[in-house]
Parts: sequence; structure tokens; C-alpha cells
Amino acid sequence: MPIQQICTVVEMTQLDASTWWMVLEVGKMVEQHGLRGGQFLHIKCGDNQLLRRPISVAITGWDEPEDLATLIFEVRGEGTKWLSQRRVGDKLDVLGPLGNGFHVPEIEEDCVEIEERHYLLVGGGIGVPPLIMYGWSMPWPRTAVLGFRTKGKAFSSVVSRFQEACEKTYLCTDDGTLGRHGFVDGQVRELLEQDKSFTQILACGPKPMLKSVAKVAAEFGVPCQVSMEERMACGIGACLGCAIRMKDGSMKHVCKDGPVFNAEEVDWDA
Amino acid sequence: MRKKCLDLSVELAGVRLKNPVVVASGTFGFGREYGQFFDLSELGGICCKGLTLHPREGNPPPRIAETPFGILNSVGLQNPGVDAFIEDELPFLRQHDVKVIANISGNTPEEYGVMCEKLSEAGVDMIEVNISCPNVKAGGLAYGTRPELAAEVTREAKQHATVPVMVKLSPNVTDITEIARAVADAGADALSLINTLRGMRIDVNTRRPILKVNTGGLSGPAVLPVAIHMVWEVASAVKLPILGMGGVSTGEDAAQLLLAGASAVAVGTALFADPCAPLKVRDGLAEIAARQGLSAVRELTGGIRPW
Repeated sequence: MPIQQICTVVEMTQLDASTWWMVLEVGKMVEQHGLRGGQFLHIKCGDNQLLRRPISVAITGWDEPEDLATLIFEVRGEGTKWLSQRRVGDKLDVLGPLGNGFHVPEIEEDCVEIEERHYLLVGGGIGVPPLIMYGWSMPWPRTAVLGFRTKGKAFSSVVSRFQEACEKTYLCTDDGTLGRHGFVDGQVRELLEQDKSFTQILACGPKPMLKSVAKVAAEFGVPCQVSMEERMACGIGACLGCAIRMKDGSMKHVCKDGPVFNAEEVDWDA
Repeated sequence: MRKKCLDLSVELAGVRLKNPVVVASGTFGFGREYGQFFDLSELGGICCKGLTLHPREGNPPPRIAETPFGILNSVGLQNPGVDAFIEDELPFLRQHDVKVIANISGNTPEEYGVMCEKLSEAGVDMIEVNISCPNVKAGGLAYGTRPELAAEVTREAKQHATVPVMVKLSPNVTDITEIARAVADAGADALSLINTLRGMRIDVNTRRPILKVNTGGLSGPAVLPVAIHMVWEVASAVKLPILGMGGVSTGEDAAQLLLAGASAVAVGTALFADPCAPLKVRDGLAEIAARQGLSAVRELTGGIRPW
């Protein structure tokens, strides 16, 4: 259940001209309300922005006196620009935890015996950070495929977390300045061709990337979860603003039903 | 001196609200989501998400665009249909001490009648007849911009409803008092206004409208002065009680609508900035009334002193 919490900024690091690493004290949102990576916080960004901004959570942890949540965000407009100008000690009006996060039985409560799974984490750009915790918190082998526009966007503070936690981490850049030259779906295809042991793909990134990863996953019959984005207002499922169309013609809402959906449910041509 | 006890209750078409703050249709779903943040019994009333006779999926996304001190929406009346509301949502709302106002839109006057019958029987406290949704092709706004059609829908609703009928007016007209009079003459018990103002935004790089259906309805603080003016105009033209809405986010905003002639106010878009906005509006309003030495908030209604 979400709560409204005044949160203190306890760390603020600039990763590049437009990307920020922000750590918030979030009360007992992690311990008591189960906040985890892949969910989002809905943050009021000053008095001039009417709507809150949904920001994905990268890392969470129980802590004293308050739990901590790490947000890695990019300045996209006035709201996120305001957010980037916050400093350590500033207070933020936050709603959370919101959204579902990836469905991973291993890190959810009440989970007992399950078969070993092999997870493939696929992230693109600012969609990479929400996968960090899924690299760390599972007992099974993980493989990561991370795509960036260019080398300078592959922040070592983010990438190293995957390299430490995953068996293998493959990097791709659109311009070939680091790792494989090309989009992540090419790498994903190669991996699925070579290795039939993958049981689940978790993907987060821009919609065209998700669409192509979903296509490859479907070809190889590997279940795939995708974290979607849409323009959002209330953030809690009341206003029905952030609708996306499902294959069966129905509408679901990114804030409440998502942001993570099964890729096969989504109408990718809508 | 003993502090005077302030009476917050108001009456709207014979329905007693424990305080004058209602939440606006379309911003509050059926109460479940915001009920996580505060007790719904704190509200005067809940105008539920707009219902249609049959379920609707609504418009394609994007449905939301931010504007200076406002938002555009083009949700398009996505709803589970009146029967599902009665079956699945009304029992939940009924667990709270709050007046339930069902909001309905029809494709034909007959559909309004059918829904009024079902909802009256199901036991809602009031029905808000939406003749002003700017986001659907059939019915909706068409009924709200032509006096004779607005009257026809009102008559049909009144004929089939056994609870008070409140008609929600559109600001997208040349003369709102003309529609208000037609609806009043047709027997409406109350009026609510304003619905959203039709608006548009364009992405200059793609040259595409932000909203997938091109246009939407504008709400939020930007529309408050329009709402105050129209409430004042309508209050001067007809005798019916008015639920005033449009950009209310503080007690002072609400007080202005009451002074202009509203009996109660609805809070909508302000919820998206602050889930507890309706309670803050209520408390702010009470503070203003107390400061002015009133014994009841309803004394503000129509208290404007025009030049």
C-alpha cells in the first residue's frame, strides 16, 4: 500500500551532464511497505509543476533511522530539471511504493521451493538502473545485456554492479564506442541461439527496444517481462491517464497494473 | 469568549453533505485508490468516475498532457459500465459515511433514463448527468451545447430517477446561462460546473498533438477564474443549487466558488499533486469561515459583493 512521505535527500551525485544519482531517506517504505527496484516513486517537483514525476527505483535497502532508495534519473524536462537541482538535506514530497516491479518469485515473500531459473536482464539507457537489484537478489545464474547510446552513458557505478553480480555482462552501444556495436536485441538473439537455459527475460528501456526484445523472446519461446512508460497523472490508478493497450483490446494502466507487463500481453502495434 | 462552533454541513438538492468538499468525477475512480491515503468518510461526497450503460475502453494513449498550471486529458470515459459499478464498486463506497454521486453519460436520452433507473434502485445518493464530456464523439458534449437536447436528457433522467438529479454543464458554449435555464426548466435538482475546457498541445518537433485524439479537456488551477465566473453567471440566472468546480486546490479557491454562488465545491486535478488536497481544501475553508466569524460555512454561498 502506498504512503505519502516527506523524504530527505541524503546523496546527490551527477553522473554526466543530464544524469543524476539520488539517494532518499524514505521512512520505513522498504521495510514496511516492501519498496523494491523496478517500482517507482511519484515525486512532487516544485510548485510550478502540477503533476508529480514518476521516477524508477534502482536500489533499496533497510537502514536506520530511515530506509534508503536510490533513484538514477535523466533530466527530460522542467520537472526532472527541478529534481536535479536538489541538494543533500533538501526535502521531497513522495508517494510510494507505486507500481508492481518485475515478478520474480525468488525475491517475493512467501516463496518456497522453486526450480532453478536462468534470468536474462536486458536494459537500455536510463532503463538499466531499475534492473540493478534483480542482478543481486536472486540465487540463480544471471546474465545481463546492457545497451547505451555511447560509451559515456555506460556509467561505471551502474555497469559495475551488474558485472559484480551477474555471471556475464554484455555491453552494447549504438555508436560502437564500447562493447558490441548495435542494439541489445542483436546480442539477446545471439545468446538465446547459443544457450537454451534461459527461463525468463526481464527488460527495461525505451519502447522500441522493448518491442524488439519481446519479438526475439517470443521467437525463442522465452517468457519476457517488460517495464513500460506512459504519460501519467495520479500515479495510483484513479485517473486512468496512463493507459496502454493490450493484445486483447483491453486497456491496462502503467501506474497500477504495471509498469511491468508480460511482453506477450502488450499490443506492440498500438 | 467561547469559541464558536462552526457548522461545515451544506445541502445540495436536498442531500445533506457533512462538509462542502466533494471530489470531482474522473479524478477519483471509485474511491479505492485515494482511500489508501485518507478515510473516504472525511469527504462531503464522491462524484464517481463517469459511467456508461456498457463498458468502454476509452481513448488510445497518450491521454495526459501537462500545461501551464493545468493538464489536458482525453481519457474518453473508460469505465466498467453501470452494472459492474453497482455490483463491484458501490458496496465498497457504501462502507463509508459519504454521499455517493454517480456520474453518467449516454449515447441517447433513453440510455440516461435506463441508467438513472438502475442507479436509483441501487441506492446512490444523487446522479450527476454528464452532458459535457469533451472526449467522446457520441452524446457527451453535443447534449451540453444545445439547450433543447440538454433539456431532453434532463427530462428523461428526471423521469426515471428517484434520487436528485444534478446536471453537469460544459464551459465550451457561448452562453452557459442559456443551457442552465433550459436544464432548470426541464426539472434538474442541481447543477454542477464547470466540466473541462477544450484544449490542445502540439509537439513542435514531431508536429503531432501530444494527445493521441488530438484534443482534450483542460483542468487545474489555470481554469479556476473561468469556473468562478461561470458559477457566478449561472447562480445569477437560475435558482438551483450549484456544485462548483474547476481548478480548486485551496480553501480560498473553494471560498471564491461559494461566494460566487456555489453550495458545495468539487476538488479534482489538485488530487494529482496532493492526494490529501480535498481535506486541505476543507480545512482551509473552515479556517476562512471561522476567521470571518461565521457560524456555518454555507453562509458564504452567494455572499459575493459585486461592484
